Amino acid sequence: MTELKPDELLAKIDRNPPASGWMDTPIEIRKGIYCYAANPKSVEYLGLPNARKWNPLEKDWKLPENWQEIIHNGFKERLEKFRTFKIFMDICVRCGACADKCHFFIGTGDPKNMPVLRAELLRSVYRNDFTTFGKILGKVGGARKMTLDVLKEWWYYFFQCTECRRCSVFCPYGIDTAEITIMGRELLNLIGLNIDWIATPVANCYRTGNHLGIQPHAFKDMLDFFVEDIEEVTGVQLEPQYNKKGADILFVTPSGDVFADPGTYTCMGYMMLFHYLKEKYGLDVTWSTYASEGGNFGFFTSHETMKRLNSKMYAEAKRLGVKWILGGECGHMWRVVHQYMDTMNGPADFMEEPVSPITGTKFENAKSTKMVHIAEFTADLIKHNKLELDVTRNDHLKVTYHDSCNPARGMGLLDEPRYVINNVCNNFYEMPANTIREQTFCCGSGAGLNAGENIELRMAGGLPRANAVKYVHEKHGVNMLACICAIDRAAFPALMEYWVPEVDVIGLHELVANALIMPGESKRTTDLRGEPLLGMEDEADE
Amino acid sequence: MNVKYMFPLAAVVVLMLLSYVGAEAGGLSALFGIVIPYLAVIIFIAGFARRILDWSNSSVPFRIPTTCGQQKSLPWIKQNKIDNPSSLGGVILRMFFEVCCFRSLFRNTKNELYNGSHLTYSWEIWLWVAALAFHYAFLVVVVRHLRFFLEPVPACVKLIEFFDGFFHIEFVDSIIQIGLPGIMISGIVLLAAVIFLFLRRILIPQVNYISLAADYFPLFLIMGIACSGIFMRYFTKVDVIGIKEFTMGLVTFHPVIPEGIGGVFYIHLFLVSVLLAYFPFSKLMHAGGIFLSPTRNLANNTRAVRHINPWNYDVPVHTYEEYEDDFREKMIEAGLPVEKELK
Repeated sequence: MTELKPDELLAKIDRNPPASGWMDTPIEIRKGIYCYAANPKSVEYLGLPNARKWNPLEKDWKLPENWQEIIHNGFKERLEKFRTFKIFMDICVRCGACADKCHFFIGTGDPKNMPVLRAELLRSVYRNDFTTFGKILGKVGGARKMTLDVLKEWWYYFFQCTECRRCSVFCPYGIDTAEITIMGRELLNLIGLNIDWIATPVANCYRTGNHLGIQPHAFKDMLDFFVEDIEEVTGVQLEPQYNKKGADILFVTPSGDVFADPGTYTCMGYMMLFHYLKEKYGLDVTWSTYASEGGNFGFFTSHETMKRLNSKMYAEAKRLGVKWILGGECGHMWRVVHQYMDTMNGPADFMEEPVSPITGTKFENAKSTKMVHIAEFTADLIKHNKLELDVTRNDHLKVTYHDSCNPARGMGLLDEPRYVINNVCNNFYEMPANTIREQTFCCGSGAGLNAGENIELRMAGGLPRANAVKYVHEKHGVNMLACICAIDRAAFPALMEYWVPEVDVIGLHELVANALIMPGESKRTTDLRGEPLLGMEDEADE
Repeated sequence: MNVKYMFPLAAVVVLMLLSYVGAEAGGLSALFGIVIPYLAVIIFIAGFARRILDWSNSSVPFRIPTTCGQQKSLPWIKQNKIDNPSSLGGVILRMFFEVCCFRSLFRNTKNELYNGSHLTYSWEIWLWVAALAFHYAFLVVVVRHLRFFLEPVPACVKLIEFFDGFFHIEFVDSIIQIGLPGIMISGIVLLAAVIFLFLRRILIPQVNYISLAADYFPLFLIMGIACSGIFMRYFTKVDVIGIKEFTMGLVTFHPVIPEGIGGVFYIHLFLVSVLLAYFPFSKLMHAGGIFLSPTRNLANNTRAVRHINPWNYDVPVHTYEEYEDDFREKMIEAGLPVEKELK
């Protein structure tokens, strides 16, 4: 945890820009803000450029000799390949509407965290290299040459953006800083400038199928542990299926849910739901150890790396011969699945258009990609009364809901999870309107920034979200923050502990599983975490 | 002294002097009245078209709209068809509101840290108001000026003129008693909005910090255009008949320079020419770019309709076979199904 106390962090926020212009204000790479450089082994395993040991705090970043040329050519290539990039370089009028929309700017006051200025870091070089006016006017025209200092500034600030797209909602031209950061990071990757929190999960995922490097047998062991835990709480014995050919549905979720609390309880929630559906309706769902990662840190590396990791989902669906794919709760995973997967690795013509065999609902919105979000799937089940639920088993919780950035602004999955929450628990309170739905605030740790060494940045970036949680905590006694993202579940416990220690974090399907009446279950006295249900405090102790 | 706005201010002043002196004293009225305006129009049209073509030549590999409302999913969940369109109709509506009403800017909020610990968000409408006022006032002014380029003057231009002059006659006349034949509200609004946008850049610390010379230059230019226009209309009472003769000459490609239209007119005309010629090379191209912005002009139906990436290429992947080769023994031991048994 950062050494700064919450009060000190708040006191540090100074929104007055420095007296010197931003091009003349050198950066200082600060502990608590930056992430460690990538482990050369990971970079090498992936075959990405310039694998070597380097340290951002040292003067020499051990760059290839012609790094400027590589960046220039990479820039040029991307301007041709991505209309977004070219247009976003050209049309910003610097109206400043985006400035105070970024959680990192709100939490740090650093002017280079204003989305417009983050983009200007690239635009200044673009003007110099690719526009006539920039070449003639130089600095007065907002142009500057690509120097080592500029490069370091890029690296520092493109790893202070979580690609959450909140600024893009407010931009009158839809300029999307996520897109800018994606391009910035792609360029940096061309000369071997990545961070370890991204590169190593990517390498793990490439080899073992998931970010955490969990090997197949260990993956099964972990789920088997959950089977034991679930039996303890419900008395029901589950039999999850792995790599099963001919199953109806392949289920893919982020490996974070298999690995760490409180995501593990969400994972148990999925397992209980699938067991319930198998017992009641004969639904055949399989997990895969090969495609055991929904998340895709390749997305934070380059489009190419994203495609390499994502390819496993369709490959595994094809090998197993499933009808369609069901996806678990995850943020950026859904951005990739919803907006990229079919384009990159499709067409998925070896599968069927997704239909819920239980309700007969056709998921028309997923008929090409053939992947359905579990919130859509479960909302449909509840709507058709296919789940037996005891809502009172969540009565000990007062819940608020955090819209994850990517499902909110890269998909529009807003009301499905709310419908589910409202049907599985009695106490639900929304956070203020400017902090939810398409205006939701990032957890501060997305896009690969969920490391330990940048904790000050994460706590600062998470401030707007935490502040809104604090508001409903004080107003309504909210004690549980629900979410549909594995990064959220990994990042929020620390954020809450820092800003609103009374609030805990929960996944949507943990709430569902608490309420779900399993066939043949024994009387439940605790929730999945072993916490006593309301009115069951005495029985739970026994 | 801030070079970011002093430089463009000086540039605009020099441009004004240049045209005034050049046309009045230098005998260069043909240059400023005929050659430069023609050139400017050519640069504007060619430059604008080139820029649009240039953008169009870049591919749109992925369909990545920013979704600002509920998606289309289950039939009983109400979709936000405008902010999260799934069809062409929805996209057209979204673009219409974006282009004509500045919908995204309308959402603008202001964030403050209250009491050092509470974040607050309030609706910040003034940028939207000023932007809308500026663009529509400019539009009305341009339409009004069509009177100089069309003969007979179309009824719609007359109508707009009528309404533009209608609001203030009693209002302004009764209070200030200027007593002119008609004050056009659009010119006043345009100038006021430009001044607001300029003051915003000077006074709001963050906006000041991000502003470049390229942000001030068009503001000064438009201020100069508006001021010279207002000056001619209300103070020097320029010879409108003579100007119409001149402009009709330009449009019919029989340009003539009439006598006695005054130096201020050349300033006005020259600044407009500079604005036109500058337009395609500047941020003013947002006028064209907004139509092509992929986060706004695409439907959010990527899972329903496959989007094609023209440069999609094969990438190295780690296949299931390689994976199983790596872990076969452990998989068998754990009871996981495998494709190939151990030898």
